[in-house]
Amino acid sequence: MKEKILDILENVCGTDEVKQNRDINLFEEGILDSLGFIELLVELEEKLKIKIDPTEADRSEIDTPNKLIDYINNKK
Amino acid sequence: MIPYSDFYFFYIMFLLLIPAIILGLMGKQIKYYGLFVSLVVLFLIFGNSKQQYEYLILFYLVELLLVKSYILIRKVFGNRWILWLMIISSLAPLLYTKFGKMLNFKALGFLGISYLSFKAVQMIIEIYDGLITNINFVDFTYFMIFFPTISSGPIDRSRRFMEDTSKKLTRREYVEYLGEGLWKIVQGITYKFLIAYYIDNYWLRKIPLKHHTFKLGLKYMYAYSFYLFFDFAGYSLIAIGVSYILGIKTPENFNMPFISKDIKDFWKRWHMTLSFWFRDFIYTRFVMASLKNKWFKNKYIASYIGYMITMGLMGLWHGTENFYIIYGLYHGFLIVITDYFQRQKFYKKVKNNLFWKITSTIVTFNLVCFGFLIFSGYLSK
Repeated sequence: MKEKILDILENVCGTDEVKQNRDINLFEEGILDSLGFIELLVELEEKLKIKIDPTEADRSEIDTPNKLIDYINNKK
Repeated sequence: MIPYSDFYFFYIMFLLLIPAIILGLMGKQIKYYGLFVSLVVLFLIFGNSKQQYEYLILFYLVELLLVKSYILIRKVFGNRWILWLMIISSLAPLLYTKFGKMLNFKALGFLGISYLSFKAVQMIIEIYDGLITNINFVDFTYFMIFFPTISSGPIDRSRRFMEDTSKKLTRREYVEYLGEGLWKIVQGITYKFLIAYYIDNYWLRKIPLKHHTFKLGLKYMYAYSFYLFFDFAGYSLIAIGVSYILGIKTPENFNMPFISKDIKDFWKRWHMTLSFWFRDFIYTRFVMASLKNKWFKNKYIASYIGYMITMGLMGLWHGTENFYIIYGLYHGFLIVITDYFQRQKFYKKVKNNLFWKITSTIVTFNLVCFGFLIFSGYLSK
């Protein structure tokens, strides 16, 4: 599951940096912009049936690959 | 009485805040007193105008009814068109206030209706999402009429606000809130009543509006931009500071907008609560729907149309005069070309170059000021 999430993230962000550095701040580093964030939510729902609403989480809760994975795991 | 506009308001407000400070220092909950004080301040602001307070009460009852009924309806029906019905009903009072004039209907409205409408629509959309499953009457009322932010924001979010109101602050924690709050109020007063006042009296007002020359236009552009910032950021700081004294950390509205490195950065620094509201509830929803349903050939078209719609609406929200709409579309266009440019190889090569960063910042600053010139209506006179 963790690998699949990272695959989606890598695909949406267009860089494998998200796998190399799991604590990189996706928004601050400009890796994930508004469009990317939306794509991420859509892919997570369509491919992994994980539904995250746009305003569900504070961006600070999911702004690194690790935080995103933890957030999703805690949802279950 | 207009909030934050004169010494009398501040005097009354500080008197009313004293019990809140005492409660906070005793480590007690401030929520119910805060609600009481908000009602008192509402009475002071609207008491003189029958039309305004009647419309406010009507507005409040309409939104309360919509929110409470949708919470029930949503448990059974998840149709999108019900959501749309709820949103349009929720916006109806605001739409009437803005457009009723055009149709020669009786003028109705109240100070802050634009801001309160955002709060209501946010709740409705999150009820649809399932993020909100219940709101009690007291919390709803407090969120809607919370006095520090009623006239011009910052726009808070209901779940965040309600979490803050139910937090039990210890005396030590409250003292920090109080200190930060007082400091923000001092900053805000300096910005609004010293700096903005000075810019207005000694710079802005000296520029004649009757005839336009390029040089005068430039002067007006910079003067107005700084005036607008210090006035609005000043107001926001005071509103946020007062919130802190009531134990609520209302989100910030400005973060050094004039050093933005590009237009996208600007919208994360200027009127942030408005920008993020439009991003979360309009841009994101539109683009998400268009991606899921494959309305457009590629995602960038969806994104760019999304930006134009979002920023156009943002402009229109400020007012129905055509320069407000042009202002919105102008920013939409800037965001689109910025995004397109930032996808090119050339940008990836230069983006970390210091000279590039400085130039980009200066260009952004000027584009932003030009946008404010449009916004001021100066070009339409």
